[in-house]
Amino acid sequence: MSNDSIGKTILVALAVCVIWSLLVSTAAITLKPIQDQNKKIEKMKNIIAVGGLMDVDKDIEDIYKGHIDSRIVDLETGKYLPKDKQVGLLNPEVYNIKKVAKDPELGKLIPRNKDRARIRRMPKFVPVYFVKKDEKVSRIIFPVYGSGLWSTMYGFIALDRDLNTIKGFTFYEHGETPGLGGEVDNPQWKALWKGKLAFDENNRLRIEVIKGKVDILKLESKYQVDGLSGSTLTTNGVNNLVRFWLGEDGFAMFIQELRRGGFDGKVQ
Amino acid sequence: MLEHYISLFVKSIFVENIALALFLGMCTFLAVSKRVETATGLGIAVVVVQAITVPVNNLIFHNLLKEGSLGWLGLGKVDLTFLRLITFIGVIAAMVHILEMILDKFFPKLYNALGIFLPLITVNCAILGGALFMVQFEYDFVESVIFGFGSGIGWALAIIALAGIRERLKYSNVPEGLRGLGITFIMVGLMAMAFMIFSGIQL
Amino acid sequence: MGKYSKILFDPILNNNPIALGVLGICSALAVTSKMETSVVMSLAVIFVLAFSNLSISLIRNHVPTNIRIIVEMTIIASLVIIADEVIKAYLPEISKQLSVYVGLIITNCIIMGRAEAYALQNPPWKSFLDGVGNGLGYTFILIAVAFVRELFGSGKIMGFSIFHLKTEGGWYSPNGMLLTPASAFFLIGFIIWIIRTFRKEQVEEA
Repeated sequence: MSNDSIGKTILVALAVCVIWSLLVSTAAITLKPIQDQNKKIEKMKNIIAVGGLMDVDKDIEDIYKGHIDSRIVDLETGKYLPKDKQVGLLNPEVYNIKKVAKDPELGKLIPRNKDRARIRRMPKFVPVYFVKKDEKVSRIIFPVYGSGLWSTMYGFIALDRDLNTIKGFTFYEHGETPGLGGEVDNPQWKALWKGKLAFDENNRLRIEVIKGKVDILKLESKYQVDGLSGSTLTTNGVNNLVRFWLGEDGFAMFIQELRRGGFDGKVQ
Repeated sequence: MLEHYISLFVKSIFVENIALALFLGMCTFLAVSKRVETATGLGIAVVVVQAITVPVNNLIFHNLLKEGSLGWLGLGKVDLTFLRLITFIGVIAAMVHILEMILDKFFPKLYNALGIFLPLITVNCAILGGALFMVQFEYDFVESVIFGFGSGIGWALAIIALAGIRERLKYSNVPEGLRGLGITFIMVGLMAMAFMIFSGIQL
Repeated sequence: MGKYSKILFDPILNNNPIALGVLGICSALAVTSKMETSVVMSLAVIFVLAFSNLSISLIRNHVPTNIRIIVEMTIIASLVIIADEVIKAYLPEISKQLSVYVGLIITNCIIMGRAEAYALQNPPWKSFLDGVGNGLGYTFILIAVAFVRELFGSGKIMGFSIFHLKTEGGWYSPNGMLLTPASAFFLIGFIIWIIRTFRKEQVEEA
């Protein structure tokens, strides 16, 4: 049979399709569980790291299950979402902040004048993670995100149980310039956040990232973090997103509820 | 809403210029930029193909490939995202082919001008890259139309600018080993640095 | 054996696909800010190139001419998907950094180019070696660029500190420009210059 006859053409096309589709699907299906597991572990790892639970000898999943308790919060009321509504996209196990923000029902448009973090849409319901040590809540972790110079930066900020002292801060996804804005990943810079206070005695939001170095002799230095040198726009971005999420459009209602009612019995 | 679209449009032309900031379509970018005339032809062809394929790929991705998108077939859990590479390249090849036939039949003049560039475009990574970035940035349909159109214009702008510089370069005395390819690389590097001034612009 | 080693090593200096043929540059620029990503990217390209050459060569006598390109495309795209999925599963961190550039191997002209220019005319074993060889040529440039960019741009090699950085209390203040992709253009330009200074026959007419 000649190579260019219709029969041979169809035969070769079919054979190529069948063989390669088999190979590709086999690869995709066998590797899918590993990829899903990676995604899950990665998220847990970030939460554990910012929660101060990192322990290289222990399995990440075990640490997470043993110490982290996640709940979904309704940002508008500051109350927990009832358990029976924490399903589908709002299941804390699979919660994806990007998907929920985009969802027409579960996300909302932020009015332009309020959009400090420049994210346009935000979720109405957001998970918080309680870190338990010896059956007591030691820290609370809030997800935060906002625009930097190039990219949207996604991270977590951890507060102490006094709901004021910052215990940890980390970004798990960003596309800032390596070496400049990308220094948000620098452990030394992240360590600067530890011990800073988010609010003053009157519960006013005070935390800020300033341009340049913090003058430790000044009184307000306990509310201030050094900016990243050479990256004003990333620094502004970090400042805006932290103040947005801890402010009245973010977790303010929830933090107020916690201050009033304490940690509810189940988590305590 | 309109502001958002205009901002996206400007962003995809300048701030995230597909050639000079994301470095896509480099092979053709360097190879077909010797003369302004050919560069313009190729540039227009890329704009047209990009503006068509990115939205088409967007529709296919959101309605067939994405996890849960086959719900209407009763296959809600099926996730075909791993097929996106082969689907996109297939769509691109098919669209380019259809475009070629339409041009040939109805606009023979345009076909004569652009025709030779169209096959080149199938293997231009700016087109596939545009589709892949569309998925990564999670654009919806309208956004993808704007992104496709804008990024095509951005690419065309870059290649025409480069061709303009290269035409002038004939008159300069470039060191032997740098002639041709070498000096072109260095020039594109300088252009990319110039485009970095757009970074961080928010509208 | 000399014949085979020529197929394997010729594309590295004498006939480099990037430096001479302007092929497959996109990825060379975007992923070379770190050695780690460049190594993974190079391995993926070698894998795809070698096996696409091998498979196309195996069926070269049976492929009808009118569907030749699409058959090649299918094979290449499938191999790229496999490479992409493997990287995603076993190297999730690196896969995030490589973002869409692994997928773009499909349109890396080296691969299509070698399939058309070599695998269609030559027996499988030779085509396979040709694929590995051209992959190595690509690797050579990628690693050379990444070495300079990572060493001087962030004072590290493969993530290990070589120069102690100022920000960490050391002496070296890194050259931030090398971390921007624009620097890759300059470096490749200089590599071409160096190669052509020693291999005069590659010099182009002005």
